[in-house]
Amino acid sequence: MANDTEIKFLTPIKLETQRKKYCRFKKSGIKYIDYKDADFLLKFVNEQGKILPARITGTSNKYQKKVAQAIKRARHLALMPYVADLLK
Amino acid sequence: MERQYETVFIMTPVLSDEQIKETVAKYQNLLKEGGATIVDENNWGMRKLAYPIQKKTSGYYYLIEFKAEGSLIAKLETAYKRDERLLRFLTVSLDKYAVAYNEKKRNGGLKSQQKAAAKKEETVEEPKTEE
Repeated sequence: MANDTEIKFLTPIKLETQRKKYCRFKKSGIKYIDYKDADFLLKFVNEQGKILPARITGTSNKYQKKVAQAIKRARHLALMPYVADLLK
Repeated sequence: MERQYETVFIMTPVLSDEQIKETVAKYQNLLKEGGATIVDENNWGMRKLAYPIQKKTSGYYYLIEFKAEGSLIAKLETAYKRDERLLRFLTVSLDKYAVAYNEKKRNGGLKSQQKAAAKKEETVEEPKTEE
């Protein structure tokens, strides 16, 4: 009677299969990150306008530095806010 | 050594059209006199600022891309600092990738631009159908 001890689910449980993160710049071959393109840079900040860490976005170290630089330049030119509430 | 640079400055919104032209011309002349060759210029026009600067909520943006000797940058920036008509300025040197990117952008070869152009066309077409 081995079947009695086995636990059965009506819906199959989702095993946490993490999709591998990748660096979007390496993958699509982007070499230069434009600080003037504020809409694009918005993908790399959270709701408060803080720069997201590379461990969340998956960006490689090389491009993370460039993203950070571009965001800081955009902030200086008032294309992006330094601080914000509900940016998205 | 000559390098390629890009400079953006924000003028106060209180200026008249003539004053804006005057300010822009001043920096164009300054660059030319300093032996720079202007590669590209872009008038962004009046834009809303992401946060207030000197209690102003909008500003007039102007971009100049140029080739020059590094010593000219210091002169340009001191002129910027002394100018009360400017809210902000930024000068960056461009690496080879940035130069390629800007050239591509000028020729309209960027994907994001194509998308924007496609959107514009759509918006233009809509009122026509209404008529």
